[in-house]
Amino acid sequence: METTPQFFRHGPGPLARLMFFALLSCLLMAEDLRFKYVPELRPAIAVVIHPLQQLAHFPAQMYDRVEAFFASFHLLQENNFLRQRYLSDREQLLRLLALETENRQLRKLLGAVKQIETKTAAKAVMAEILYTPRDPFSHKTTLNKGHQHNIQAGQIVVDDKGIIGQITRVSLWASEVTLITDKDHSVPIQVVRNSLRSVISGAGKNNELELRYLSVNTDIRENDLLVTSGIGGVYPPGIPVAKVSKIDRNPADTFAHIIGTPIAGVDRNQQVLILSLVPPVPNNPAETSDIESKNN
Amino acid sequence: MNPKIIDEEKFSSNNYLGQDILAPAKSWYVFLSLTIALFLNFLPLQGSALILRPDFVAISMLFWCVNQPHKVGMSLAFCLGLMMDVGNVSILGQHALAYCVMVYFALIFRRRLRMFSLLQQAPQIGLILLIMQISLVLIALLNDAIFPGWHFFLASLTGIFMWAPISYLLCIPLRPKPDPDAL
Repeated sequence: METTPQFFRHGPGPLARLMFFALLSCLLMAEDLRFKYVPELRPAIAVVIHPLQQLAHFPAQMYDRVEAFFASFHLLQENNFLRQRYLSDREQLLRLLALETENRQLRKLLGAVKQIETKTAAKAVMAEILYTPRDPFSHKTTLNKGHQHNIQAGQIVVDDKGIIGQITRVSLWASEVTLITDKDHSVPIQVVRNSLRSVISGAGKNNELELRYLSVNTDIRENDLLVTSGIGGVYPPGIPVAKVSKIDRNPADTFAHIIGTPIAGVDRNQQVLILSLVPPVPNNPAETSDIESKNN
Repeated sequence: MNPKIIDEEKFSSNNYLGQDILAPAKSWYVFLSLTIALFLNFLPLQGSALILRPDFVAISMLFWCVNQPHKVGMSLAFCLGLMMDVGNVSILGQHALAYCVMVYFALIFRRRLRMFSLLQQAPQIGLILLIMQISLVLIALLNDAIFPGWHFFLASLTGIFMWAPISYLLCIPLRPKPDPDAL
């Protein structure tokens, strides 16, 4: 029978409690990193903290709005500037159209297989960065668009200059972007100068990317522009990713040590663009037709 | 055996009896303070402001642990840690474990801490915050992360400076009102 009066009862001591919670969090960490039995847990907590995050985002939004109000005094200038910009872009676009038709004709002459549609995705969604973590370990950010806005995992996030990252987790009103600087994230790329193809990965540091497994004598130079190659069908082709900033060719190593700097403002943007998913590419059109002909 | 000479200055009753006796906090007040702390932690800061920002949730958690330990417990610290993890997009359980370790040290040292004034408490609180951050780093390093650099620990330093003001602010509603009818 319990005889201690209510006042003196304290439950288990601090050390016992610490052990219990340490065990619990270790289990959670293992679950989160390896097993992933309960993927709903994180979105559920995300829904709970979403109002707070939204509220915390409010001052920044107010600041933007006030700034926009003052900026509206320069609207005429801006309008003129944009019109000029539009005209010059238009000219380039027309040239692009001409080039595209020419390209198609040349391909026809060569009898090449029909090119995969090169148009980068049309329907894109604007989103705002809700929160950049203080945590220097996670190269991920939260955007303010989620399931409710038809966002899916796997979509690509870009800004006005280049690729920022890829959406990896979606909750109801928010989504997580894994930045290209994340250690476990790679992008298939191509060097613009000589169309050398490779895969670039994050270095796990701010503003640094790594080109691994390129041999010492590879033709790559500093300031080479790297764009997405479109291979793999996740990233649309032709979007700038990085610029080569440092090459270290040590003949003792098998591979050159090549460091790139992301072109997009990976860690300093407010507004970003979520591209729609690239349509799945048929595996190999030539082969399928072969099989069909065999069947017939 | 010589009787130990007791330093009268050190043990004068003014030092620890002079401190304010605080009214027990209402649950909603604790809840409100922690919500505001979470809000401050979620502010979208950038650059050096982000590095220097003290962990407001940790500081207010420490305040409640030191002053009114029956109001908050390790389970609350654990839940807040999970929220920080989801907000930070870090490993689920990283902040939770770090906060539990922090609360453990606060619970052990709380009687000792109460002997000191707020300004004297600050460096000791900084030490507990440092332990919390070290456990965060250790967990991340175990998961193959790269060491973020020493500036990561600047947040503990700013936490030291924020301890006195934050504690003072949180204390204000708990001070007993002076009774006008008293002698």
